[in-house]
Amino acid sequence: MELELKGITKRFPGVLANDRVNLTIRSGEVLGLLGENGAGKTTLMNILYGLYTATDGDILIDGEVQDLKTPGDAIAAGIGMVHQHFMLVPVFTVAENVVLGVEPTKAAGILDMQEARRDVREISAKYGLEVDPDAVIEDLPVGIQQRVEIIKVLFREAEIIVFDEPTAVLTPQEVEEFFGIVRSLREAGKGIVFITHKLDEIREISDRINVLRRGRIVGEADPKEISEEQLAELMVGRPVELVVAKEASKPGDPMLEVEDLIVLDDRNHPNVDGVSFIVRAGEIVGIAGVQGNGQTELVEALTGLRPALSGIVRLAGEDVTDDTPREIHRKSVAHVPEDRQRSGLVLNFTVAENLVLDSYYDQPFSKGIVMDWDLTRGHARKLVEEYDVRTPSIEVEVRNLSGGNQQKVIVAREFSRDVKFTVASQPTRGLDVGSIEYIHEQIVKERDAGGAILIVSTELDEIMALSDRILVMFRGKIVAERRPDETNMTQLGLFMAGVTET
Amino acid sequence: MSDENGVPETDGPAPEERATAEPAGNGPGRGPWARITGAEGDWRSLVLVPVLAVFTALVIGAIIIAVSDIELLSLWGEDAGEAFRQTLARIGDAYGGLFTGAFGSVRGISETLTWATPLILAGLSVAIGFRAGLFNIGAEGQMLMGGMLALVVGFQLNLTIWLHLPLALLGGFIGGAIWGGIPGWLRARTGAHEVITTIMFNWIAIRFVDYALKTPFIQREGRPDRISKDVLESARLPKLLEWIDPQLRLNAGIFVALLAAWAVYWLLFRSTIGFEFRAVGANPDGAKYAGMNVTRSYIMVMAIAGGLGGLAGSTQILSVLGNATPGFSANLGFDAIALALLGRSHPFGVVLAGILFGALRAGGQQMQVASDVGIDLILVIQALIVVFIAAPELIKAIFRVKAVKGTEQITRGWAT
Repeated sequence: MELELKGITKRFPGVLANDRVNLTIRSGEVLGLLGENGAGKTTLMNILYGLYTATDGDILIDGEVQDLKTPGDAIAAGIGMVHQHFMLVPVFTVAENVVLGVEPTKAAGILDMQEARRDVREISAKYGLEVDPDAVIEDLPVGIQQRVEIIKVLFREAEIIVFDEPTAVLTPQEVEEFFGIVRSLREAGKGIVFITHKLDEIREISDRINVLRRGRIVGEADPKEISEEQLAELMVGRPVELVVAKEASKPGDPMLEVEDLIVLDDRNHPNVDGVSFIVRAGEIVGIAGVQGNGQTELVEALTGLRPALSGIVRLAGEDVTDDTPREIHRKSVAHVPEDRQRSGLVLNFTVAENLVLDSYYDQPFSKGIVMDWDLTRGHARKLVEEYDVRTPSIEVEVRNLSGGNQQKVIVAREFSRDVKFTVASQPTRGLDVGSIEYIHEQIVKERDAGGAILIVSTELDEIMALSDRILVMFRGKIVAERRPDETNMTQLGLFMAGVTET
Repeated sequence: MSDENGVPETDGPAPEERATAEPAGNGPGRGPWARITGAEGDWRSLVLVPVLAVFTALVIGAIIIAVSDIELLSLWGEDAGEAFRQTLARIGDAYGGLFTGAFGSVRGISETLTWATPLILAGLSVAIGFRAGLFNIGAEGQMLMGGMLALVVGFQLNLTIWLHLPLALLGGFIGGAIWGGIPGWLRARTGAHEVITTIMFNWIAIRFVDYALKTPFIQREGRPDRISKDVLESARLPKLLEWIDPQLRLNAGIFVALLAAWAVYWLLFRSTIGFEFRAVGANPDGAKYAGMNVTRSYIMVMAIAGGLGGLAGSTQILSVLGNATPGFSANLGFDAIALALLGRSHPFGVVLAGILFGALRAGGQQMQVASDVGIDLILVIQALIVVFIAAPELIKAIFRVKAVKGTEQITRGWAT
């Protein structure tokens, strides 16, 4: 089977998301689709999957023009999609999820779960996707949940499978397993589209790489012949510094001291379970770990958003364990939150309003209860300039900015203050190479100015590149501490998966 | 910004990203609710949709006028031309009467603004709630409780007007503030939803007024029925047009309403308190992250909303009514919900919507006289306006208003 996209153009009001894109996907090969956020990858694949209608252009399967108006049409045509955010019902079993929507039935429409289980086992065995059909989804690790998504697609007899940023949620070991699955799918003659912005992964798994920039295909490359630097340049449109340039750290006095901290999560489980560590002035400490191992609760406790059950948090020697977010903010702490849209920004607010979101309450932005909007706007114009936030105006709602620029608004707001301690969660999640480079520079600059910095990230690359010291968190505990030069990704990956030191 | 780096497609507004790249579709403070209440939106949904909603409601109202006369309907079979002419005449008479009744004379304008006064105040009460993410259905009860306190201050104290009237209004504000503040407190402390509690508080207020009007302290002496003592002259809102005609009811309450609109505007958009309200309304998680006290905001918003509702009741008691009778709030507190939606929860929008609703009330009587179309048509038109405001996509489809890009939600959650 050969799938061809011919001259696909998608126009949104004011924006050309895809511009005459030509793409060919063949059975038995892995096509890597590389591009920054907003380059149009997702739009393109949504057109292929029938979620959007192209303004212009054709989709051909084996030379025949297809009219894919809904995902149902796409599935019928043999196209499957594994989304980054899984579309699974958490309380259903694997088999139930797989057959959901196309359930096998006995006479009189009675659900045939035997049949469903058999089908799941069959597919599992055929492609080496080991999974228990009777396991409940919410009990499964993310990597296995992804397998369920793949089985779902295979169950619907897809010949072309699109993976949208599939590795974002996986540990390094899970990524390896995932690549194994992709290879076996390729052996079985499936056509694979692998969407990503990760340069090393796309080179490892793809047979062919297409680079998308500003909605246009700007290059096709052979992964064996192109370097990561060249790929990055193709993707961004200019040479990019992939390695964070930084001097050795000069740690000073302890700025943040955490002792035996226990924090409960929303279900009252101690998700931070007796954590102790120190962050000194002038150093970057990175916390690595798979999502959901207590990092979120730890950061919330440090910033006053979540009460600590027990333990002590000290800031520059002062006990701040029971302080409110406002009190901690006043003590020169900057916080780049994990989810910029959920908590870091008010999307309906303008850039100017968001730039004073946590400091509006005091001089100089307000006197008494009166906001000084002239001064606030001047402040916003200055920061937009200084932190290179690309926005048509400071009066634009932040909702309208791209993810990278939204993050820059937060970084500008938090870093422009005179801070002693910065905690940044997933500071570059979902950002393109250019923005990542910029935000990393800002973090290092902050450190060199004597700030103490705590980075929490699930991206090992980022942890390795930025940290002066690395802590690994697993099930609420810090299970390892390493300097980046005395460890490697594999070892950290093992720690993240709970393998203890021997 | 060099051309190479500053790519407008990817760095400027990127609707593609909004629709697909981030799970913004189900993000906080978003979705149909925020769009309906006007807490977000571009000028199309802010201005165009309300205007078109009113227009569409009037068109459908005209159709109802046309088909609601049996004789006229049967005429279509006999003489279609004549039927058409008469139908047009009937619609013309009705809407003509509505318009002259509302704006065609000094009396009309006076009535329109007299009705607009409590509507604007109650509308502000609902609107400030919307802005902070709270649905205050309790304006009716707040009007009653505020009105009762204003009434008591109005007949009990004996002071110069310069003290008495402000005190009575203040009493009204406080009465309403308590009645709104309690649901706010319940929401903040226990999570009890304000929609439920304010509805219940309406009933409590209605029954409380019934009860209070029978107590010797409040009931007018020598009367067996439920009617209160009269507010003293020194606590009455002065009539403004008495020098033209003593019958004209327009009073200084309209200034109270306009002043309140300006104060709400100032509070929402010029003060730190309003900044907090709006942040809490748009994204409570973001507000909490920013160090704001979300629970305190809920209580304050509901207290202020209640106070505004209380003022609405007070201006009625202290002007046109002069005393309290059961249900003196006359459902204005419920009209206020529609009005706040139409005004897009903006204080100035609420003023315009209040004048429109006031005009409908004032013109309705004239319409009934001029064309024998029942005054209930006004309620139908108001209801239709709400339907169209609540279903903006319907209005946009009818008038082919370009879709607002940010509202595309077909790919929510399916993101890179």
